[in-house]
Amino acid sequence: MSLERERPLPRTYAVLAFPLAMLVVFFLVPFGIMVATSFYHRIEGAFYTPAFELANWRRLFQPVFLERAVFSIWICLLAGAVCITVAFPFTYFLTRMRRRAHVALVIVVLSALSLSEVIVAFTWYILLGRASGVSNILVWLGLMSEPAAYQPSFGAVVLGLCYIAFPYCVLTLYPQLTRLDPEITEAAQTLGASPWRTFWTVVVPIARPIIVVGFLLVFVFTLGSYIIAFFLGRPEHWTLSVFIADQASANANVPFASAMALFLTALSLLVVAIVGLIESRTRRAT
Amino acid sequence: MDVRGGVRLEGLVKRFDDVTAVDGVDLELPPGRLISFLGPSGCGKTTLLRMIAGLERPTEGRVFLDGDDITDRPPHTRDIGMVFQSLALFPHLDVAGNIGYGPRIRGASKDRIASRVDELLRLVSLTGMGRRRIQQLSGGQRQRVATARALALEPRLFLMDEPLSALDANLREQLQVELRLLQQQLGITTIVVTHDQREAMTMSDLVVVMNAGRIEQVGPPLEVYRQPASPFVASFIGRTNLLTGMAAGDGSVAVAGRPFDVADGADAAGDVTISVRPEATQLVVDGVPDRNGLPGSVVFVRDLGELFECYVDCGLEEPVIVAGSPRDWVPVTQGDEVAVRFPAEACVVVSEGGTPPPGSADDADGDG
Repeated sequence: MSLERERPLPRTYAVLAFPLAMLVVFFLVPFGIMVATSFYHRIEGAFYTPAFELANWRRLFQPVFLERAVFSIWICLLAGAVCITVAFPFTYFLTRMRRRAHVALVIVVLSALSLSEVIVAFTWYILLGRASGVSNILVWLGLMSEPAAYQPSFGAVVLGLCYIAFPYCVLTLYPQLTRLDPEITEAAQTLGASPWRTFWTVVVPIARPIIVVGFLLVFVFTLGSYIIAFFLGRPEHWTLSVFIADQASANANVPFASAMALFLTALSLLVVAIVGLIESRTRRAT
Repeated sequence: MDVRGGVRLEGLVKRFDDVTAVDGVDLELPPGRLISFLGPSGCGKTTLLRMIAGLERPTEGRVFLDGDDITDRPPHTRDIGMVFQSLALFPHLDVAGNIGYGPRIRGASKDRIASRVDELLRLVSLTGMGRRRIQQLSGGQRQRVATARALALEPRLFLMDEPLSALDANLREQLQVELRLLQQQLGITTIVVTHDQREAMTMSDLVVVMNAGRIEQVGPPLEVYRQPASPFVASFIGRTNLLTGMAAGDGSVAVAGRPFDVADGADAAGDVTISVRPEATQLVVDGVPDRNGLPGSVVFVRDLGELFECYVDCGLEEPVIVAGSPRDWVPVTQGDEVAVRFPAEACVVVSEGGTPPPGSADDADGDG
């Protein structure tokens, strides 16, 4: 094999044409339309008309929406933290299991991907409700005197968000943790580290980059979810996504929904950039 | 220096599902020495080492360190240092971080860790390299870091699992000598697992030859080489010529119908296998000796400058290998009719009433 890189043949570029076209048609063009729409004029009681006005953007900077934006970022960062805290040890021990148990668990996790967000939201709605929820089991066991409702609540929203993001989080961590040489953790143990200390002083630091990636993935993924917060939370637990959906479908105010969606996208990119920066800084420092 | 780190293994067995990796090992290893576990891949030597380290639980049997039963103790409480085959250096730490990991876990102060790291860097000739990243080191340097890291806590027992297998041949020989000198300087009980008989011969006070989960022979390197206890040992440790014959019961043996005298053994009548090292055999061009000689024809001559080898077809299953230094060179060429003399003192009886093992000397010297 020569060290010099050969120039790709025109045919090689041709292979890229199809995915590129898909990307343009189904991502760039709709995104452009959304940017344009955010400046359109809304006609009350009807639809909208092309225009260039900043009314939608100005409306966005009202305290209620800014406060929702901050809340959305906060609850999704929390969901990311909770999810990675559960998913990382889960995936780590999964990869250390015997082959058969290992494969069975991966299938269970993957099958959770087939559940739509609506089904997940409804299921938790029932499970956390008073009528036929988990508290009835606790009552039956004699641990509680009467059934209680755990939703709508902040905790229920975080739980739901973690639930839908969990399989993606596991799938992100899985390839890297599978490759972690078992001799590395064994080496730590021969050097006097208990399994617990080995986990904290060797496994977590080695996997830190992928932990950050998994965390950000859950953050971005849950930021776009609106059904979970809508079903499992009170209005004060609704994320900006709920308002976007509400504006777009219930109020038919697509220009304002577009402006909010773009604002949310920009905010999430900002958070991702900040986390990425902190990560690379600390990595260089050690 | 107090000598500690004596290991005793009693009836160790390790089964993985339906595979028996270690099949009943009893062994007493003296403290302060370098012992090598030598055998082909899959013979159970690494599993045995891992049971001593506590990384594998024995199915049966006990492990003792200086008289204490450590069978049920987890690895981090065993007071051992280990160098792994993959070296298993921590990629997120630099050289000093790797070497200082053990002391840090033990809660040593920053100053104490730093001075210990410097001391160890000097010991393995890596002075001033503490801040290097692992990814920037050569294979030999990584090996030294792994060694220093394992020695950082002054363990009672130093274990090495194929520590040099990732290095090229020249570097490997150099590090064999270095490791041996280091071990002698520290007087630390050391067990090295290897499949390379030259490595075992170079480094060890004691060689434990293993095959199929069992110990074949335990002894100093030269004893194992000169007096192999079984055909397996004879063919695995260096190359050898295995001759099968019939013992008369009076100490003499008939090989291919010719009379042989042997070093000792062969007291009972019956089938015997005799091992004769290639360098102990002699090429004879003026007739077949009356005793301890076989006629044959030269099938191949290999002249390597520092030594020559001659393959002679004596009508046995394998050609007889005759090796010698250029001083003993007898000019022969392919097809010459010659004879090979097997001096009686070099004829070692390796099995009585048995057959030679499958697998010749050639596959045993692999580099796997």
